[in-house]
Amino acid sequence: MQGVQIDLISEERLENLTSMEKIRMILDKVREGTIVILERGLEPEEQSKLIEMTMREILPDDFNGIEMETYPSKEGGHLFARLLGKHPSTRLTVIGPANQLRMIRKDRDLISAWVSSGEPNAP
Amino acid sequence: MIFFKKRRSRIGIYGPPNAGKTTLANIIARDWTGDAVGQVSEIPHETRRALRKKDISITGANGNVITIDIVDTPGVTTKIDYKEFLEYGLEKEQAIVRAREATEGVAEAMHWLREDIDGVIYMLDATQDPFLQVNIMMIGIIESRHLPVIIVANKIDLPDASPQRIRSAFPQHPVVPISCIDGENVEDLYEKMVSCFR
Repeated sequence: MQGVQIDLISEERLENLTSMEKIRMILDKVREGTIVILERGLEPEEQSKLIEMTMREILPDDFNGIEMETYPSKEGGHLFARLLGKHPSTRLTVIGPANQLRMIRKDRDLISAWVSSGEPNAP
Repeated sequence: MIFFKKRRSRIGIYGPPNAGKTTLANIIARDWTGDAVGQVSEIPHETRRALRKKDISITGANGNVITIDIVDTPGVTTKIDYKEFLEYGLEKEQAIVRAREATEGVAEAMHWLREDIDGVIYMLDATQDPFLQVNIMMIGIIESRHLPVIIVANKIDLPDASPQRIRSAFPQHPVVPISCIDGENVEDLYEKMVSCFR
């Protein structure tokens, strides 16, 4: 059977990993063509390192980088919380290879994505 | 007696590719030092190294002065495909080199943000959707580091520009609408820089 592997990773599993372990796990899976869904997203520092490491692994005709989307944070809309310096908790996040995962629509409570099996000319 | 001298603040200009970061860096540098910072181009990722222009003193209307280094950074993204550059007429080898340099530049820009930046001008194209994941991520990263940030809504000279959409996306930060092409509102940005980056 042909298809695309999707790994849904629980918050508990993520909590037992260090930042570098999380990033390495995500990049290894994504480079194999797996779509990764994290029950709870990465911290800002981890997102920064994920971008940096992704850039260092891009190879022509092999790996173009990642597509990543997350729900807007629940507290994100509360200006008062932000003014107090409260950082919103991260929410469900989907990460996949840039040439396979395409976001169609994102709302506060809905992420709609299109996944291909990796053909280079996917829409 | 030991004297401690505070170093100049390094203000990074961040944002997605083709938002006008280098154009703004050049305007600031030319207005206050007479020099330019880097080349601009319609091809994405023209800036592939963080470029620093030192010792820029900006004077506000009330006479307050800030002296800063401006760091023009490569456009931040999570993906770079050399084939995009072929559409601009580059040969395959040139495109691959450009893509490799761009990836190094983005990695470098992220490293600067974590280690060496004291304040941020986050530059957005006001004709584009500000809710892109990369913008949400970058503002989150900047906030987590407690860096002062001014969001610049560039390209307000274009008919599709909507600075209000950017204000709605990031209500917790000051947004300054400008046009780097005709210089509209650049003075307002200088005033905001003097107050935010003191």
